[in-house]
Amino acid sequence: MRRLAAALATAVVPVFASAQLTIEITGAGAQRIPIAVAPFAGEAALGSGISAIVKADLERSGLFRVLQLPPLVPVPTEASAVNYAEWRSRLADALVLGSAAVRADGRYEVRFKLHDVVKGADLSGVAYTLPREQARATAHRIADYVYEKLTGTKGVFSTRIAYVVKRGSRYELKIADADGAGEETALVSLEPIISPAWSPDGRRLAYVSFENKKPVIYVHSLADGKRQVAANFKGSNSAPAWSPDGTRLAVALSREGGTQLYLINPDGSGLRRLTQSNAVDTEPAFSPDGQILYFTSDRGGSPQIYRMPVAGGEPQRVTFEGAYNVSPRVSPDGKLLAYITRTNGRFQLAVMDLASRQVQVLTDSDRDESPSFAPNGRMILIATVIGGRGVLSAVSADGRVKQRLTVSAGDVREPAWGPFTN
Amino acid sequence: MRPIVIAALLAAALAGCSSTPEEEQSPAGVEERQPGTGAAAGGAQPQPVKPGEVARVDLTAGKPQAPNPLKDPASILSRRSVYFDYDKYDIKDEFRPLIEAHAKYLREHPEAKVLVQGNADERGSREYNVGLGQRRSDAVKRMLMLLGAKEAQIESVSLGEEKPVCTESNEACWAKNRRGDILYQGEY
Repeated sequence: MRRLAAALATAVVPVFASAQLTIEITGAGAQRIPIAVAPFAGEAALGSGISAIVKADLERSGLFRVLQLPPLVPVPTEASAVNYAEWRSRLADALVLGSAAVRADGRYEVRFKLHDVVKGADLSGVAYTLPREQARATAHRIADYVYEKLTGTKGVFSTRIAYVVKRGSRYELKIADADGAGEETALVSLEPIISPAWSPDGRRLAYVSFENKKPVIYVHSLADGKRQVAANFKGSNSAPAWSPDGTRLAVALSREGGTQLYLINPDGSGLRRLTQSNAVDTEPAFSPDGQILYFTSDRGGSPQIYRMPVAGGEPQRVTFEGAYNVSPRVSPDGKLLAYITRTNGRFQLAVMDLASRQVQVLTDSDRDESPSFAPNGRMILIATVIGGRGVLSAVSADGRVKQRLTVSAGDVREPAWGPFTN
Repeated sequence: MRPIVIAALLAAALAGCSSTPEEEQSPAGVEERQPGTGAAAGGAQPQPVKPGEVARVDLTAGKPQAPNPLKDPASILSRRSVYFDYDKYDIKDEFRPLIEAHAKYLREHPEAKVLVQGNADERGSREYNVGLGQRRSDAVKRMLMLLGAKEAQIESVSLGEEKPVCTESNEACWAKNRRGDILYQGEY
């Protein structure tokens, strides 16, 4: 059945491709590293073109400028001697050479080497053995390697994202690679699904489903599709956030009236109330060390972001500019707070440096929602509306790099960037 | 004499219907009725009795079964929606009779249960809007309890901005989505 589905998908490539997320780069970093990625000798055997995926990954990050190359004869490989002067004349600062070959056991071997052209130095490389269907994943790993060697930051090309697509009256919770490829559907429902949140190990999603005519929090195991109710108390159950160690969820419940924050175990046991107010307290987000909880509260009259120790204590207000600051998310290094701020009726992504309290608005859109950091902290994924349609947008934490992710028929919303899994 | 009384009551009921404020109606797929045209067009207008003739009253033919007051359009109990102003969570005076009627029904039917669903307009954070919708459903629940309904009969929940009855981005639409709906068991 799976093989048949794959064959059908191949036969109707344009339709299949248009159902996926497509990514458009709408802004790039000021300083981009010029890099040459030569075609990998023998890569045609792997179908998907390893070097093309590596180039697309690096280009999309906004930190690299991938050079156009003339036809190289013969195609150099990782084993070739490199004429650095020649590559310097092509204005490359870095060079990736590689090859792919089928092995006697039917598996493939992909090798590559990264060169620092400016220093004329071999920065070493890696060899992978893989089945054919791992070609894309291997290309992402090569891009991650190059990205980390040249920027000092771990790459996120091998990570996944979750989002909700609404088509007509159907809601689909989707999982895709960070480049929008390999989209899979985890859940289909005729009622809304909101607030997906990845468990720290990347195996489960917590989310809110309205399938019972009220918001109920589920924990969904991605590999086997098993769903467990984490919170279905009288009233509304919403806004799940995983503790960094994966043992607890912070949630917003109305079981005692109003909307208040609680801690609960993912299996629904161990409920403990965290906030005590007459306000709406919601959208909890843990600091990376798990000690502090950031959240949205309108206890001061307008919705603002507060923080409190998870162990208990008096909440302190964090945002002061403007009358509407919501949806806090802390960067993986704990230094930045991303959130949505309303200015002149427009909802936009903002970032606060938590040490200096300096705020920068990163977008010029009207309806930004639901920010989530890439696990390396470099990009922030948001939902926004362009031309009346819901799309996703990824913005670098300095606001320079922008990408837009759209699906052809439907609204995309509620994005959540998954964790590192390797 | 009696048909005349019934006619007068019917006319009053119909007039009451057509003067219902616009935002109280279910906005989706509901025909707008102009005041005065409803009775004439509906064919339900009783014939005036001519002097000297005897009006026939037949209690056996077409006797309507006692209608379920929750579904009967003539009963205030068939009205289920309470609308709220922007950033407001108090029950407006015009919706008090509706809530009083449902509280009375719940008092008289202790086995009856309701789900109150609060809603918010589309602007801003989805999760904060779940909180705002909850504030609206809690307000309806609180007033029902104040008027004698038991807490065990009522669950107040929020649908946030997720189930709009009106999907345009303008104030007229948003006003219809700032709403609390009362649903009886079996209706959800």
